[in-house]
Order: sequence, then C-alpha cells, then structure tokens
Amino acid sequence: MASVTFDHVWKRYGDVVANNDLNLEIRDGEFMCLVGPSGCGKTTALRMIAGLEEVTEGTVRIGERVVNDLAPKDRDVAMVFQSYALYPHMSVRENLAFGLKLRRVPKEDIERRVQEAARIIELANLLDRKPKQLSGGQRQRVALGRAIVREPAVFLMDEPLSNLDAKLRVQTRAEIARLHQRLRTTTVYVTHDQVEAMTMGDRISVMSAGILQQVGTPQQLYEHPVNRFVAGFIGSPAMNFVPVTPQSSGDRTVLRDGNIEVPVPDRLRSGLPAGDGRQIIAGFRPEHMEVAGATGDGAATMRVTVDVTEFLGNEQLLHMRSGDHDLVAIVDTSARVKPGDVLDMAVPLEKLHLFDAESGVSYDAPRPTGAAAAAAAAA
Amino acid sequence: MTQHAGALSGPAVETPPRTLSERIVRALNKTPIHIALGIIALIWLAPTVGLLITSFRPRSDIQATGWWETIFTLRFTLENYQEVLQARGMLQAFINSAMIAIPSTLLPLAIASMAAYAFSWIKFPFRDTLFLVVVALLMIPVQVAFIPVLNLFRETGLTRGYAAVWLMHTAFALPFGIFLLRNFFITLPRDLIEAARMDGASDIGIFRRIVIPLSVPAIAAYGIFQFLWVWNDLLLALVFVQNGALNPMTRQIQGLLGTYGTEWHLLAAGGFLLMFVPLIVFFSLQRYFVQGLLAGSVK
Repeated sequence: MASVTFDHVWKRYGDVVANNDLNLEIRDGEFMCLVGPSGCGKTTALRMIAGLEEVTEGTVRIGERVVNDLAPKDRDVAMVFQSYALYPHMSVRENLAFGLKLRRVPKEDIERRVQEAARIIELANLLDRKPKQLSGGQRQRVALGRAIVREPAVFLMDEPLSNLDAKLRVQTRAEIARLHQRLRTTTVYVTHDQVEAMTMGDRISVMSAGILQQVGTPQQLYEHPVNRFVAGFIGSPAMNFVPVTPQSSGDRTVLRDGNIEVPVPDRLRSGLPAGDGRQIIAGFRPEHMEVAGATGDGAATMRVTVDVTEFLGNEQLLHMRSGDHDLVAIVDTSARVKPGDVLDMAVPLEKLHLFDAESGVSYDAPRPTGAAAAAAAAA
Repeated sequence: MTQHAGALSGPAVETPPRTLSERIVRALNKTPIHIALGIIALIWLAPTVGLLITSFRPRSDIQATGWWETIFTLRFTLENYQEVLQARGMLQAFINSAMIAIPSTLLPLAIASMAAYAFSWIKFPFRDTLFLVVVALLMIPVQVAFIPVLNLFRETGLTRGYAAVWLMHTAFALPFGIFLLRNFFITLPRDLIEAARMDGASDIGIFRRIVIPLSVPAIAAYGIFQFLWVWNDLLLALVFVQNGALNPMTRQIQGLLGTYGTEWHLLAAGGFLLMFVPLIVFFSLQRYFVQGLLAGSVK
C-alpha cells in the first residue's frame, strides 16, 4: 500500500490544459474519488498515476517514489477500465492470471491467488468461461478481480460502474466499498456521478476545467462547499442559486431579489462586500427548504408558485417559480401541495450559502478570489 | 381475459404465415435472382470445369473433340497426370513452388504485422507520415524495380537460390500488408492494449499475446491473399529464379507450352495441379477469408 501525491502537476495537450497545477495527496489506504463533469481532467489525472499519460510538468509520487518516468508495469498499480478491457480470447482464469504470468509468479502461487480473487468476486464457478459468455455485472467483477489478484499498492478505477444498469450499479457500488474495507488498498476512483463519489469516497476531489476545486470528506463538501461550482455539483437535486443584492435598512443589511428576502447571517456579516448594489449569489439546497417554516431573522424567506410536484413516496419534489427564478424543493409528503399553489418557503440561515457573483467563491470560506487560488488553498 | 389474450396475439398475425402457397410465392419472387446467379456461376466455372475434364481425357480425344463432348464418349485416363508428374518434372516444380510460396508468405506476414503494430500502437516521431509513405509505395509497379534489383541481387549471388524471389515477393507485399493489418489493429480497443501494459506486458508481449490472437481473421486473410499471389506468380519467377532446377510450377507449365507446341493434355493436367493447392487453401480457410475482408469495415 502507498500514498499517491500530485505535486504541482500540469498536463497540457498542445494549448489545451487538462490539469492545471494539480496538488493533491491521496493518503495510504484511502478511498479517494475524483469527481467532475466530462473533460475536467479527472481521467487524465488517473492516467498519469497509471503511467498511461506523461506528466508535462511537476511530479507524481507513489509512496516516496517519483514515478514520472516509470513504465506502467513498474508502478505497482492496477487499473479497472470503464470498458472492463477483458481479454476476449482468454478465459476468466487466464484473464486473472495474465498479469501474474507476465511477472513470472510461480504457478502454484498464481493458482492460489486466482482462486482467492475468484472467491472474493464470487466467480469461482465461472473461471473457465470466456468474457463474452458473462453478463455485464460478471464482466465488471472479472475486471475487479484482475486488479485484486495483482495485490497492487494502488487501485485505479476509471468509471467502472458506468456501463451497468442502475440496479446493478448500486449493488456493485456497495461491493466495491466492501472490498475496500476488506483490503484497505489505496484506491483512486474516477466518476462523473457525484452520488457515487459521495457514497464511496473517504474523501472526494472535485475538479472542473482542469482545476482542483476542493478536497474533503463527503460531509465537508456538502456542508461547506468552497465555491459555487462545488456547491452546485455536490448534492442531488442540485442547490438552488439566486442572485440577490444587499440593501441597507437601518443598521442591518438584507439581501433581496423580488419576493426573496435573505437576512445576512451573523457569521458572514463582516465578510460581505461593503456598499449596496454588488450582486451576491445565495445558495440553498432543496432539502433545506421548508413550507411556511421559521420566519424573521432566523431564516431566508420567499414566496413561490408551485409549477410541478413529483411524488417520490416518502417525500415530494416541488418545482417552483419565484420571480424569474426556478427553484426546487424536497418536502415531506404531509404538506399537501398542488401545482398553482402559492407558498411561503423558508430556509434556516445556518443552511444558507453566499457566494461572490463574479468569482463564485463562498463567503463562508474567506480566501483570495480566483478559482486557482481557491484550489491551491483547498489542497 | 380471453379478449385480452386475443389482443396480445394480434401482432403475431402480422408475422408471415408459413403456408405452402406463401413459400411458393416467395420462391417464385426470388427465382430471377437465383437464375441470374446460376448463370454467372456457370460462366465462371466453365473454364475450370473444362480444364478439369480435359485433364482426364486421352490425348487423341482432346485433339478431335471439345471437352463438353465427353458426355457422349465417357473416356477418361490418368496418363496425362502420370506424364506431367514424372516425365515433365512437375512434381519437383510443385515442391519448388511450395519452397517459394511458403517463405514468401510467412516473411511478409511476420514483418507486416510487426510494422502494423508499431504504426498503430507505438508512438514515435513522424509515425503517420511514415505510414503514408508506406501506403504510397502501393502505387509502385513491381516491373520498374526489375533491372536495378536484379543487378543488386546478381552481385550478391542471391539469384542462385530462392532468396532473390523471397525478398522480391516480401518487399512488394509489405505495403499492402502493413496497410491492411494496421487498419485492422487500430480498431482494437485502446483499453485492451493499455490493460495489458498495466498488467506488465511489453510491446512484444502485447503484440504476441493480445494483438495477434485477436487479429487472426485479418492475418489469415492477408496470408491467403499473399500465398495465392505468390503461388500463381510467373513474372517474378521468370526474372528472379535463375537456376532451372528451382523452377516453380508456373514456369514449368509455361515450358510445356513453348517446348512442345500446344500439348493440351499435359497443359490441362499441369494447370489443374497448379490450381489444386489454392483450391485447398481457399476452401479450408474461406471462413477467415470472408471474415477478414469484412473485418474493419463493420467493426
């Protein structure tokens, strides 16, 4: 087992920057999820650990070893590919044993390790099948098994669940998590699905446009996103964002936009830009909105018109409008709401996030503006 | 419930019923196509069938009547084959043909597949430019190289044995081979190559254990093409085999023409012997042949 460290790593393809000064330490035994939209550089980062992409600038270390110029096979890492990349002309057994054979592991050891891996991935009775005779889920397990059998220092997983149907994905997600608890091998897991990242990762690195936005535990990212991007990316349905303008009334400042009124929370009062007129983005999660809940100074309030309701069983999703803004709320099914209803909604101030309209940086985490600076500070 | 079941079985009515009349109508609809195909096949087969029948006819019959008239006489003999094989050295020529064709197939196969691997999966400077140059070499006709190459080979003494013809066949087969195989190899999933690399395979390992086993159809197709080409070749054999004892069948058959006027009975037997090997190769490997031609286009 080993840690993985990115130290001021850049990856450029001509003029395109895939990774912009990436600094990240993945701890020994940790399950780290790299998450972000397509093209954010997460897969490139993973492939640089694997040795499948060259590092343009900076150093990548596995344990204490700088691996920039090391061939993939000498890095002691194993990778699970999105397409599984099973060797179609080999049986499951041969697929599992391939890497060991190439490393000239003694025959008895290979057999023992293949059996052990097959037991872990529950494919012991399918060892003689070819990949085309397996279902998608089984193929995925073989791909996992091929990584396990190598007993590497680091597992690399590149969206391993994205080819599975929804039900199997949830099941396999749990299996991978269980596997990690059992083996405690450092794992770097790339996904574009924030739910996967939230449920599996010990820590999560959120990336966007080649820049690392924030690293933290799922809870930290959910409760204290450092910028608007992270706030919008983590959580489902996504956070509601409303641009508001500070307005002084007497000795206190209120953020306002149409029917939406947000008292400035005490903790943020000193950090907000002085003067009226500068736009601020207020963010609040759908699950923190309450129908006719607390009012007054303790909560942000807004009057909304319900467009659509979606019944989910134990809760319901409300799609609403307030002025020009579309808002989404998740509320208890006991609130009987119909499309067309006009409601007063409230968000407790401790659940409220305020972001700078230009830089997107959260006022909860005062820091120099600019996404790169935010990323550096977060790392 | 009954009604419901009836509704469910509704769409099944639309699937074509397998009644006798339906089948007859269908067969009739397709008849023109079948007739056309049959006629084309007959035209195509006629010379070969003629050759086969002629090769078994006595010399006197061949000189007197056409092969189609065998139906009336039904006289057959094996003498033509006997004479061609024993007196006219066709057996030796058969062995010589194999001695030329087998290395002239394996050599380009080995080199082209390795080059194609490099052009598809190894990064090196000017890779794609070099590949274009190789493809451009396809345009060079083999005839323009005869005199310079022959001079070169004569000085080194290569023309005394098979080496000259092997090298010539290999050199002129490579551009097509590299082109065909590279375009097949490049369709193999990148993940597979990378997975093997992560598993610890070197380029040679990936080539041998992953790329070759997965490219059997393309490699077999190219091998068959090349083998048939070399087996049937007369031109290169005429120029580059300068030791009469090493003559392949094509030259031996040509010799039959020249030396003895038109000895149709020997020519037919020799000709059919020449065709025999390609026929076996083709029929035993036709599965790969068709697969290989499609491979890459539909993948």
